[in-house]
Amino acid sequence: MMAIVQLAYLIGAICFILGLRGLSHPSSARRGNLLAALGMTLAILGALLQPIAGADNNYLWIAGAMIIGAAVGWYRSARVEMTGMPQLVSLFNGLGGGSAMLLALTEYLKNYQNSTASSLAVIAFTLLVGTISFSGSILAYLKLDGKVRDAQVRLPAHSLINLGLLLVSLVLTALLVMQPSTLILVISLVVFLIYGFSFVAPIGGADMPVVISLLNSVTGLSAATAGFLYGSQIMILGGILVGASGTILTILMCQAMNRSLMSVILGNFGSAAVAGASSADQADQTVQSAQAMDVAILLAYAQKVVLVPGYGMAVAQAQKQAKELDEILQEKDIEVYYGIHPVAGRMPGHMNVLLAEVDIDYDKLYDLDQTNAIIDEADVVLVVGANDVVNPSALDDPSSSIYGMPVLEVWKAQQVIVFKRSMKPGYAGIQNPLFFKENTKMLFGDAADSLKQIVAEIKNL
Amino acid sequence: MNDIAAFLATHSTMIYLLIFAVFLGYELISKVPSVLHTPLMSGANAISGIVLVGSILFLRTADPQDYLSLGLGSLALVMAMINIVGGFAVTNRMLAMFKKKPSS
Repeated sequence: MMAIVQLAYLIGAICFILGLRGLSHPSSARRGNLLAALGMTLAILGALLQPIAGADNNYLWIAGAMIIGAAVGWYRSARVEMTGMPQLVSLFNGLGGGSAMLLALTEYLKNYQNSTASSLAVIAFTLLVGTISFSGSILAYLKLDGKVRDAQVRLPAHSLINLGLLLVSLVLTALLVMQPSTLILVISLVVFLIYGFSFVAPIGGADMPVVISLLNSVTGLSAATAGFLYGSQIMILGGILVGASGTILTILMCQAMNRSLMSVILGNFGSAAVAGASSADQADQTVQSAQAMDVAILLAYAQKVVLVPGYGMAVAQAQKQAKELDEILQEKDIEVYYGIHPVAGRMPGHMNVLLAEVDIDYDKLYDLDQTNAIIDEADVVLVVGANDVVNPSALDDPSSSIYGMPVLEVWKAQQVIVFKRSMKPGYAGIQNPLFFKENTKMLFGDAADSLKQIVAEIKNL
Repeated sequence: MNDIAAFLATHSTMIYLLIFAVFLGYELISKVPSVLHTPLMSGANAISGIVLVGSILFLRTADPQDYLSLGLGSLALVMAMINIVGGFAVTNRMLAMFKKKPSS
């Protein structure tokens, strides 16, 4: 029996490897995901059937817990709107971390009096990373779901507080090993929970894709360390693979913003005073506003149109209207492309998911470099709910807090239309000189309504 | 110090596995197109539910009278299971939308 179980674990591990490889290519992604799910099924069967001498098995408890978990997971995943994807991914991620946290907690309670220092160290470390992943992901979930606003949880000198909490957490981790007691356990749990919250608290807005990827990788790490506890190779392999994929995405997101991971974690995006000089300059500048009718005419006589989506499109649920516009322009033989910045939205690839949901062909989704290569041929650029990723200050204003971040250079097009609710600056109050350019017009209002009006006007032309 | 040495000695193959997995993971995923960032993340996220193996083994060896262990262990299992089923299902849903349509 043991041999069969070992074989199941081994095949499961191979499925994870092939599954992840599949997930990194568009043509094989779906198969890759199913393969990884198959690997997971094999791992679960292995854990259920693995012979354990003298165990009571408690299969009733296990079956109950698995059925409840599967039902809840299935229900949530079937109901989620694609715009709610970042929240859901954070929530699931937090549950994975929470599971590692509870496991470390119960193992510690059960064995702290008669364990070796090394196995206590494994438990303590699992507790540390699992708990940080849990409370951090839950806060990320609350932020993304709009239940908590960034400003509500940001404290003065937050990076110093975080540094202090990190040091205390490390000391407590050491104490858990050297002075094992339930009191230390409870204190540690509370401090780790607070640290996880506090770690995510100052990070917000456009930095969310980085923090989600990072938390993902922390959860993987917690699963891997728990693997040492049970001597389970598949837990180590699976956990580390997730850790690696999360780390790679984190690095990619940081590169896309041209910022170091450290500056993201410190959460100083835009919190530095916006350069006084440039905002004063803009105080007496005026913007030109446009009506849906004007935009419709512009579009109807254009040859190449680039739409730049951002988080605002997700909020306004405007992707369906974007698709309608796409169709009507296509009938007129007007080329439409989508310029997608790697950090547009609130998680890696957020915009791609939204546009795929409404069946927009992914050959038309251009990444940063592709978009910038064709942008000067574009007649009209529609900026729908994006702000910081089209901010020219990133290139020409060294005093701006986003200076150095690669952006979509939309102002090089003939005409730019910015869809915006009001003149309020974007995330963390960075002013955007794009709005004041000569070839920029603002179309105020809800993005979905505006797009709908434009489609109607084009039909009337 | 002796503890560390003993740990390394008893877990040497595990440590090899861990190090190889780091490199393997890096090689597997390093060139992922941006279209797939979200599905890759949520798929990988589902794999991190592998911690469920630990919670099953924990529950199986728990004392049937020890309700604290059973309760906390079951909660851990519920959470891991939500992560796994939800994660794979939602990734599958997303990828179904990416399916290439017959070109018109």
